[in-house]
Amino acid sequence: MSLASHLPALQVVIPLIAAPLTVLLRRRNLAFAVVLAASWVALAIAVLLWLQVAEGGTISYAIGSWPPPWGIEYRVDRLSAFVLVLVSGIAAIVLPYSRASIEAEVPPQQHYLFYTMFALCLTGLLGITITGDAFNIFVFLEVSSLSTYVLIALGRDRRALLASYQYLIMGTIGATFIVIGIGLLYLMTGTLNLADMGRRIAMVQGTRPVLAALAFLTVGISLKLALFPLHQWLPNAYTYAPSAVTAFLAATATKVAVYVLLRFYYSVFGGSQVFEQLPMQEMLLLLALAGMFAASTVAIFQTDLKRLFAYSSVAQIGYIMLGLSFDSQSGLTATIVHLFNHGVTKGAIFMLLGGVALKMGGTSLARVQGLGQRMPWTSLGIVVCGLSLIGVPGTVGFVSKWYLLLAAFEKGQWWLVFLIVASSLLAVAYVWRFVEAAYLREPRADTAGVGEAPWSMRLPTAVLVVATLYFGLNTAFTVGSASNAAALLMGGLG
Amino acid sequence: MITPEQAILASITVPLAGALLIALARRTPNLREGITLATATTLLACVLLLLPVVMDGARPAVSLFAVLPGLEIGFKVEPLGILFALIASGLWIVNSLYSIGYMRGNAEAHQTRFFVCFALALAATMGIAFSSNLFTLFVFYELLTLITYPLVTHHGTEKARDGGRVYLGLLMGTSIVFLLPALVFIWYVSGTTDFTSGGILAGKLDPIEIMALLALCVFGIGKAALMPFHKWLPAAMVAPTPVSALLHAVAVVKAGVFSVVKVIVYVFGIDTLSAAGATDWLVAVAGFTIVAASVVALNADNLKRRLAYSTISQLSYVVMAAALLAPLSLIGAVLHLAAHAVGKITLFFAAGAIYTAAHKTEVSQLDGIGRRMPWTMGAFTIAALSMIGLPPAVGFVSKWYMLSGAMATQHWWAVAVIAVSTLLNAGYFLPIIYRAFFVAPAHGPHDHPHGEAPLLMVIALTATAAGTVLLFFLPDVPLTLARQMLNL
Repeated sequence: MSLASHLPALQVVIPLIAAPLTVLLRRRNLAFAVVLAASWVALAIAVLLWLQVAEGGTISYAIGSWPPPWGIEYRVDRLSAFVLVLVSGIAAIVLPYSRASIEAEVPPQQHYLFYTMFALCLTGLLGITITGDAFNIFVFLEVSSLSTYVLIALGRDRRALLASYQYLIMGTIGATFIVIGIGLLYLMTGTLNLADMGRRIAMVQGTRPVLAALAFLTVGISLKLALFPLHQWLPNAYTYAPSAVTAFLAATATKVAVYVLLRFYYSVFGGSQVFEQLPMQEMLLLLALAGMFAASTVAIFQTDLKRLFAYSSVAQIGYIMLGLSFDSQSGLTATIVHLFNHGVTKGAIFMLLGGVALKMGGTSLARVQGLGQRMPWTSLGIVVCGLSLIGVPGTVGFVSKWYLLLAAFEKGQWWLVFLIVASSLLAVAYVWRFVEAAYLREPRADTAGVGEAPWSMRLPTAVLVVATLYFGLNTAFTVGSASNAAALLMGGLG
Repeated sequence: MITPEQAILASITVPLAGALLIALARRTPNLREGITLATATTLLACVLLLLPVVMDGARPAVSLFAVLPGLEIGFKVEPLGILFALIASGLWIVNSLYSIGYMRGNAEAHQTRFFVCFALALAATMGIAFSSNLFTLFVFYELLTLITYPLVTHHGTEKARDGGRVYLGLLMGTSIVFLLPALVFIWYVSGTTDFTSGGILAGKLDPIEIMALLALCVFGIGKAALMPFHKWLPAAMVAPTPVSALLHAVAVVKAGVFSVVKVIVYVFGIDTLSAAGATDWLVAVAGFTIVAASVVALNADNLKRRLAYSTISQLSYVVMAAALLAPLSLIGAVLHLAAHAVGKITLFFAAGAIYTAAHKTEVSQLDGIGRRMPWTMGAFTIAALSMIGLPPAVGFVSKWYMLSGAMATQHWWAVAVIAVSTLLNAGYFLPIIYRAFFVAPAHGPHDHPHGEAPLLMVIALTATAAGTVLLFFLPDVPLTLARQMLNL
């Protein structure tokens, strides 16, 4: 077998090997080089896999040549290939950025550990996405979660420890629920392979253990993806973690959790079955709307930008779940495309805020007064990404909103259309809190002489900001992948 | 020789490039202002190049790329668009002269930012004027809101911040809450948003849906300042006067009514609307806005506030005339686009000149000012006559057509509105003229000797006043374009 056929395994194995290597090397520069190389190779592999899937359809890879359903299967289809590109792409962009950022925020003796944990977290997230095995999902989930707890705890502020602990408790409850759900499914179907489970579940459909499994999985995964009201861990974690960690997590971790939910709902329970047996549609719709409005409203009253945009993330997850609740082609397209669009936008915002924290000494609204004069490019970048959160045309946020509105129209739900656009107004309100502070207030005296962040941070950030605009105008890759993936989940595409 | 297609793209890119050059020339103010004037002249040349082509019946078009299937960024020049572009680009030159005098005369801060944003605003305006579909129009419409925000909040004071909030909140709020759903729905129903002669919705919706959709569109286009979404315009008056003159008497507000006319004529189609009887309520709302805004103007002592409410009232003339759906009134609507532009910019120019020379902002302070500033107040008088609708100013011609259209369709309510509002217009403009020329100046403690404003400003306001008279005698270009729009 040629190397190309082993790409699915390499996707996970390369960052996995990078992690212990950094511990052996112990030198932060070497560790940085190793993880950077691993993440870039991972991105290259993800792109190659995406191309292979686009041409030849779903790839099934048997680990150790044990054929599924007995062995562990890695399965790359249109949805997972898209998420792989997102996760590895964000990692490849955040890593070069992280070097200068963590130098200011993490004690030097822990730098190599940062890279170790980053590599492990990346391994976990890629593993969750690529595996076709339910228990393997749980294993990788733990790999990514445990490394995430460490990454958050590396934050300079002592409250980072508390935030990490809080997430540890919530994350563990979530993981426990997930493993209970998987256990119940194994009990009823006798298999752990997702595709196989999807076939066998027809025989036990509607039985109480299967419904219980559905409930456990929904709650467990919702904790990980921070669905309102299970989001309490998120604002603290995003606020106190090192900036590079926040950027990476905000763009990938919750997105992968959404992927897992989609995977279980559509590949195992079989889409519409889920929505018929329990009032899932109504429940998801309600929680999504509650998240959109409550979290956006809370965001308006925050005094710290990291916290403000963390609550904005909870609101945006509401949009993602709203798309899911429609259970239609357009709705799912909105969900999947918003995974990418929001990942890019929020990643960019938290990277920009990392630069602000570094130069201005904090991200509170009082501190960033006059940011437009002190750091004009950074400030402009935050405005552009803010416009994307609002959904202004020309940004990625508009594309997502378009499909959400379309999905609502297809269902004939005018009231929902107006709720969606009304929630955008809340986004205008919290984004304009920043605009007024940055442009309509005089800078503080103690930030005199402050300039832009170093180039090693600005360049990767600029890539994501430009992506926020580029994918708002050229949607061939994002919408193309998302609508194909949606069609696949809905059972239209093989 | 450049082709019409290149001229279209140049109309968008020339102001963009101009903005860049202005930013680069920030250290040498004379060069910077030279670039503004050169950019404005080049832009007008591009538009003038397109004018004969369109008047000959051609409809040059460029399509750039599709954002989503059936949703592309594209441009197509049709009669109404070229007229709007002509007004905006032509007045930009005059306004630039005026701005230079104003910004220097008042020693304003952040002048580079001011001129950069101005050039960008013009680029967005051209994009609106030439857009070939509702989606492209929407994109440039939102850009225009965002680009003008720094101009409105130019002074950076508490008042400017509050004004900016109302401005952005209302303009962006209405466009997101009403226009965006309308846009998605139009695309969902017809699979396209292209501006097409006769509309794209014929036979696809029932009368109630058409009425609801029209309401979403006209209220969604907040720039048309239809009540109750008009408050942003008085709020925007915190901006320096050149901004109020070109943007909030011409480019931004005209973009609003222009979009309303475009939507009525090219998206819904006149026949579809009149068959559904979907515009009667709009005639009523616009008529109410005309009268109510005039009443507010009557009681406003601040000159710019009075002018702002006068604008709200005059904009609704255009909306009402378009909603009457009669060919004659539509011609009047198109003509009024031009008539109100030259008239109202003159009035704002005069207000700014008074502020610069005499530091006066209230109507009650203007006793005898005509003797010290005869050119300014002379121009003000001519423009005021145009607003009231008296010859020899172009306002008379447009009002004539609108009135004929209302009578032809027997909309007596509209006729009454026009009559009452003409009286109200006279009621709030004539006292100003009377004070300026016939009341002896009061010698208050704040009084100081002054003459006319800087020469550049006087030249600008004289030129636009001359324009109001000129258009009365030669309204051929806008009339021809209006007829072409209606295929008459």
